[in-house]
Amino acid sequence: MAKITFITSDGKATTVEGTSGTVMELAVQNKIKGIDGDCGGVCSCATCHVHVNPEQWGITGEPDELESDMLEFDDNVSEYSRLSCQLKVSDALDGLELTVAN
Amino acid sequence: MTTTKSQVCVVIGASHAGVNFAFNLRREGWEGEIILYDIDTEFPYHRPPLSKAYLTSKDETDQSLLFPKENYTTDNITLKLGVGVERFNREEQSILLSNGSIQSYDKLIIATGARPFMPPIKGIETAKNLFPMRTAEDAINIRKAFKGSKEKRVVVIGGGYIGLETAASLKKLGASVVVLEREARILARVTAPVMSQFFTQLHQNNGVEILTTKNVVSIEPNGGCNMVVCDDGSQFEADLIVVGVGIQVNTELAQEAGLVIENGIKVDETARTNDENIYAIGDCTYHYNPHYNCCLRLESVQNAVDQGKTAAKAICGEAVIYDAIPWFWSDQFDVKLQMVGLSIGYNNIVVRDEEAENSFSAWYFKDDELLAVDAVNFAKAYVLGTKFIKSGQKLDKSKISDISIPFKPNSFLAE
Repeated sequence: MAKITFITSDGKATTVEGTSGTVMELAVQNKIKGIDGDCGGVCSCATCHVHVNPEQWGITGEPDELESDMLEFDDNVSEYSRLSCQLKVSDALDGLELTVAN
Repeated sequence: MTTTKSQVCVVIGASHAGVNFAFNLRREGWEGEIILYDIDTEFPYHRPPLSKAYLTSKDETDQSLLFPKENYTTDNITLKLGVGVERFNREEQSILLSNGSIQSYDKLIIATGARPFMPPIKGIETAKNLFPMRTAEDAINIRKAFKGSKEKRVVVIGGGYIGLETAASLKKLGASVVVLEREARILARVTAPVMSQFFTQLHQNNGVEILTTKNVVSIEPNGGCNMVVCDDGSQFEADLIVVGVGIQVNTELAQEAGLVIENGIKVDETARTNDENIYAIGDCTYHYNPHYNCCLRLESVQNAVDQGKTAAKAICGEAVIYDAIPWFWSDQFDVKLQMVGLSIGYNNIVVRDEEAENSFSAWYFKDDELLAVDAVNFAKAYVLGTKFIKSGQKLDKSKISDISIPFKPNSFLAE
């Protein structure tokens, strides 16, 4: 089980719990504003873009090539950008703090 | 407008458009009832994976849901599955359901989508193990028939995205696959010849036989399987046949109710029909696109979701117009194709080949205006193409095709 905190554009922090699936799915399930996951999680729409708390970058790791290509020219990109559809919920993500990019 | 608790919004069709509309309507502040009807009995699911990951997944119950079940409860969205709609009465603002009951509405949303077009081929009705690929049931049927077949000879009729994705998935599972395309090249309706050539090669390299100018005229019983016969006399044995030759838009209900039909249900920029209380969204609509200055009917997830969001905002009183740039994707073997824009009317094309194998992009222009980009295993071109299409910036085509020029936003602007 992992507790993950989402900080949305209005500054609100919401902590939710998940055991399986992707972080995007967890966010959609909990109606986190700014995470839509329109393409269903196949790294095609970038509507699930998050910034990882820099201190926790080691927990999520680097994006793969497709994901980093999707992110590189995104208006809100940072060096800690990830697409949350590519993050699998697991115990390893417990305590993760994500700022929603859109 | 302000919404009230006594109002009822009825949605016909619980797939990408209808379901996303419903959740967005709630998010936009609709206080009344929201009722979704669909004749499909499966809990609303993502369609794109059916021809891709779902076919090759180990678990056949592994459907990817659009929204988790509990969200319908927490958002108070009533889902009525396995219920068809017979007709609607615009004067009384009500719909007649297949179970005989009547449901009244304040706002009605038509998200009826489309159904597979089954071509008038002799013997198609009686062919064994012949399926289209659109619903979860279709995908489940294909899985079952494939599993139960000893020789696993598959004939795919139609070389469009659905046919090619299904061919790739079944090939991965060990089938012998022949794709029969009526036109001179696959993907003829939607892409440039350079893309058709690439995908033909990709399939052939993976052992799928792609045959063009093959017009299927009959399907005959052949022992325990089928014989697919073309007008040039060629014949193909098939244990399983998948038909993917396009769709037929579900406009009948709208038409009988007197709504304007023009290649689909005609809607304005807020997704509203000619009846102020009825909206239509998704594959079934014919709508104006401001960017391309033309009317379109689109078969895509993007259109379904975005038009649903627009209708939800419009109903809740927000000044909004639907002006999205269309995007699409397709997965075949290890290739990810991402497309943005509409290439209709292009008169020249620029291809940029990346150094990595099977990685390139095709840029469709009308004179100097960028209309669309197809990116193969190169998402950067898809993302940057989207930006350029939106901004309308003038581009230097010779720079796009020159791979010694780094792929950066400012690299390709005209001087």
